[in-house]
Amino acid sequence: MPSNTTPGARPDQGHFVAALEDTPIAPLDKLDESQKARSTWADAWQSMRRRPTFWISSALILLVAAVALFPGLFASAQPNDGCELGNSNGGPEAGHPLGFTFQGCDIYARVIFGTQASVTVGILATVLVTVVGIVVGALAGYYGGLLDAIVSRIGDIFFAVPTVLGAIVLLSVLPDRTPVTIALVMSIFAWPQIARIMRGAVLSASNSDYVTASVALGVSKFTILVRHVLPNAIAPVIVIATVSLGTFIVAEATLSFLGIGLGEGIMSWGNDIGDAQSTIRTAPQVLLYPAAALSITVLSFLMLGDVVRDALDPQARARR
Amino acid sequence: MTQLVTQTVPVLDPNDTRPLLQIRDLEVGFKTQYGVVPAVRGVSLTLYAGQTLAIVGESGSGKTTTAQAVINLLAGTGQVTAGQILFEGRDLTALTPKEMENVRGSQIGYVPQDPMSNLNPVWNIGFQVEEAIKANSDLRGKDLRARTIEVLKEAGLSDAQDRLKQFPHQFSGGMRQRVLIGIGLSSRPKLLIADEPTSALDVTVQRQILDHLGTLTRDYGTSVLFITHDLGLAAERAEQLVVMYKGKIVESGPSKEILANPQHPYTQRLVAAAPSLASKRIQAKKHDEAAEIYSAGGTDTALIDRAAIREEQAPTRDLITVEGVSKLYRIRTKGLKYTELLAVNDVSFGIKKGTTSAIVGESGSGKSTVAKLILQLETLTSGRIEFDGRDVAGLTGKELLKFRRRVQPVFQDPYGSLDPQYNVGNTIAEPLLAHKIGTSRERQARVLELLDQVSLPAATQFRYPSELSGGQRQRIAIARALALKPDVLVLDEAVSALDVLVQGQILNLLTELQTELELTYLFITHDLAVVRLVADNVCVMQKGRIVEAASTDDVFDNPQQAYTQELLAAIPGGDFEFGGK
Amino acid sequence: MLWYTGKRLLQMIPVFFGATFLIYFMVFSLPGDPIAALYGDRPVSPGVIAQIRAEYNLDKPLIEQYLLYIGGFFQGDLGTTFSGRAVSDVMASAFPITARLAMLALFFEAVAGILVGLVAGLRKGKLFDASALVVSLLLISVPTFVIGFVLQYVFGVQLGLFRTTVSGSAPLDELIMPALVLASVSFAYIVRLTRASVSDNLGADFVRTATAKGLSRPRVVTVHVLRNSLVPVVTFLGVDIGSLMVGAIVTEGIFNINGVGGTVYDAIQLGEGPTVVSFIAVMVVIFVVANLFVDLLYAALDPRIRYAK
Repeated sequence: MPSNTTPGARPDQGHFVAALEDTPIAPLDKLDESQKARSTWADAWQSMRRRPTFWISSALILLVAAVALFPGLFASAQPNDGCELGNSNGGPEAGHPLGFTFQGCDIYARVIFGTQASVTVGILATVLVTVVGIVVGALAGYYGGLLDAIVSRIGDIFFAVPTVLGAIVLLSVLPDRTPVTIALVMSIFAWPQIARIMRGAVLSASNSDYVTASVALGVSKFTILVRHVLPNAIAPVIVIATVSLGTFIVAEATLSFLGIGLGEGIMSWGNDIGDAQSTIRTAPQVLLYPAAALSITVLSFLMLGDVVRDALDPQARARR
Repeated sequence: MTQLVTQTVPVLDPNDTRPLLQIRDLEVGFKTQYGVVPAVRGVSLTLYAGQTLAIVGESGSGKTTTAQAVINLLAGTGQVTAGQILFEGRDLTALTPKEMENVRGSQIGYVPQDPMSNLNPVWNIGFQVEEAIKANSDLRGKDLRARTIEVLKEAGLSDAQDRLKQFPHQFSGGMRQRVLIGIGLSSRPKLLIADEPTSALDVTVQRQILDHLGTLTRDYGTSVLFITHDLGLAAERAEQLVVMYKGKIVESGPSKEILANPQHPYTQRLVAAAPSLASKRIQAKKHDEAAEIYSAGGTDTALIDRAAIREEQAPTRDLITVEGVSKLYRIRTKGLKYTELLAVNDVSFGIKKGTTSAIVGESGSGKSTVAKLILQLETLTSGRIEFDGRDVAGLTGKELLKFRRRVQPVFQDPYGSLDPQYNVGNTIAEPLLAHKIGTSRERQARVLELLDQVSLPAATQFRYPSELSGGQRQRIAIARALALKPDVLVLDEAVSALDVLVQGQILNLLTELQTELELTYLFITHDLAVVRLVADNVCVMQKGRIVEAASTDDVFDNPQQAYTQELLAAIPGGDFEFGGK
Repeated sequence: MLWYTGKRLLQMIPVFFGATFLIYFMVFSLPGDPIAALYGDRPVSPGVIAQIRAEYNLDKPLIEQYLLYIGGFFQGDLGTTFSGRAVSDVMASAFPITARLAMLALFFEAVAGILVGLVAGLRKGKLFDASALVVSLLLISVPTFVIGFVLQYVFGVQLGLFRTTVSGSAPLDELIMPALVLASVSFAYIVRLTRASVSDNLGADFVRTATAKGLSRPRVVTVHVLRNSLVPVVTFLGVDIGSLMVGAIVTEGIFNINGVGGTVYDAIQLGEGPTVVSFIAVMVVIFVVANLFVDLLYAALDPRIRYAK
């Protein structure tokens, strides 16, 4: 150790100099060119694909989507063909793996064919709420002033009516209840949540230095909104949208259970669960299978939402 | 002092050879998914009773990790992997959590770095001081309350009684830091760990607080382990110095000796680049010798010569004229009432083409508002700003775009001024695109040219800001500002967030570019040392007004106003003698 | 705090009128005959139609209809049920039952949710944490009514541990099972929220400083980590009151409880539109007022809000 002691210094406090070979000096602030360039989205993708939850939930969602689009591929029989009251609440048998409903219809076929309506409501409501929420929230947050004040107050009013309560009122007077109407009705009361989140995210993004820098560069206000503010504000909305897809499916089922969801002729998990409640004591399986299908779907979206949130929130990533 | 202070002031024995704190071959690592990443590698140091020892280093050097390891407060997955930390002969790394609790606060106090985040926002100040005292003493009830007030008064809050019920957000940064110092010293610990206790504060406040801390620790005979990035500060405040670099100690020993005779190349660089020390040098000799100080950072002597020549040849007409400019903000207070804040009050100055002017001031002085007014990012309340002979207030449309092409900003925060979603190439090309300049191929060529001008490899264009260091990001911000070939760069604290060596590098780059591209600079900064290195003219701002405006030499050699003198005196290490080369 | 309370009260006024008008507007301005819509396909006698017309002032302009309705609202006239009883009378007997159920559910979800969330947050990545996460995800993804049916079936029908329906007076002990069902989803959300918040706060600078003061670990965890983690949980409770109301309709329906939710449930099942609308209007008003209290509680917990301008 090349150490030279200073006269008068106390023990261990002399002038110590580390050997240069032990402490080589790296070039100052040199770019590390060995790493591959990665955008924030690429980063998020890297973080997602390492997690098994991501693959499990994605696979389940793809499966549900396939069933919703092409139910015929998964069930040979049409669900309402061959319903025989003699089979009422019957147990599983060959060709009917899950048994029969009270009406003597095949439960498996009903679960498969019920997917479409439930998933449609979920997707449609999510898309509507997200689009309206993003547009309204972004305009209010970015342009501020009177527009913001008016839009935020209107949002407060719609926010004051809990989504399902509002939907119960509206649906109890609507004669025609298709997946589209259900989705529309729920969106009417659910958009303020996304709008509020978007507004906050846009506000914080537009206060950033890179936005000020773009203004000073002469980039137009609208271009800045589209090119800088929106891409940086969208992450929390994506997370909420993923999770709300699941909650909308649950909400539809709740409405159908109450008897004011999808019309009687439409096959859906919610309707089947609702119909099964009268025979829950004698034949619980009639209720359990559609409920399980619904829960697995919702669970997939919740898990995906969790993974996406962790991937898009660098703070959460740093904590891991 | 009242009777409540039970501890007596220990008498210092210069012959006491038992160290208070002895760190031996300390290794600290952070567990990550890629294994344990070492942060501190074989650090040894010794601290005696009543001494102050400073650990100096850049960000990532392991200085804070070392300090936190002492009282076992390592963040997240950090853990001591080898070595000993002996406090009065007891190995702190071997203590049980319960034993460690008894050491913290009463034996070893801690003053953290950021006053804004280190007090719990939901509890009042009195509560937070009180619980610290309560945890380490038997004082209760009235005595406890009295001691709380006493602690706060000692820390410099004279109206402590009335402020006990107030919450942290009602305190200024300086006052919060005083509270934290009070908490750290409240139980008269033998050792105080102060981790950059003033780096978030204005220089004059910093000086007051450090003076106060010095007095207190001297009175109580407290040893201090002082963590800082500022070599000047360390030299001024500590008798022992430890210089760390990438988790290792490169040099340690008595401060005076190390600064007078730095041995390790890294320490030499650090000493040479420390603006707080260098400013004295430049002042003493002339521009041409400043080059020597910077030679370690790689400055071309000729550049500074040229700067001197440029100064003589400067044209007489101002490129930018600011005349009687004021800016009034209306701030909503409780209810529907507004108070008015005159952020900028009747400010006038001129900037000649090809020169560098600096506006210096502390937070709230209005210096950044002046920058925003010149950049047309805020509207004037009154007065007049002329650029190249034309009034620029209220420019719109094409005229405004034309103005924007010629005056460009570079901001302080290298983490905030680049859009994280855009790669470097797109970021630099954005102004070209906004002004519809060139074809896509020409723009691409220009991006490469600009990257070259700021000394970054061409491959940088595919990078995203999160992959770059602070200094590299600041280079990108400069390249983007230069894309439109402007006449003026407004640099708002553009080097303040950078480590000292990188800061020197960027200042060199700016000097080079100025000569090459005949740029005019307006520096907005709180750091007089930086001003000394780069500016031709200085305006000192205080509370919205310009209190002194003159050439840099005049301001430094012969400051007229008390405030300017105070600012100069507050530069850490400003009056520290250092000899070697 | 006084200023904050005043501001919140003022802000509540437009929301109150806006939300009630919204419901009124939706029901009575839809295309077609609102009376026919309210009764669906049920045959309605001309006398009833006339009565409804008179009650809702349907021959007057919409805004006047609304003003008459809201005027009545303030005088305690909350509307009339299908069977002709005043909504306010039904409320008087049903509301205490629902309030008891909701309080019990709130107690379960808040106490258990915060406790489980705290432990999970403190032991992040450990077995307890992983199990808490899985259970909370499952609870959120299974609809309340399925949980209700399953618990009713398993504990009530199969094991016979409790009565499957609640008697008319709804004593507290009979409400325990329904309250658990009602609390289940919100419990899961509170666990997740508390866990995230606790783990955030554990890394906060002020927690490190508190530890450095020499405070004991339990004190750091309760006074600094838990106390600060309560703030987002309270904010959540405000929104959650809405889901509790929906949950009450479902739960009271399943367990046959004579509360507000049960009344709405029955009215929906029987297609009694006017009853549903009147009751839900009242529930929305309760929601708005309850949120005011939650906001005040939030301000009491966070001085930064209390002293905000």
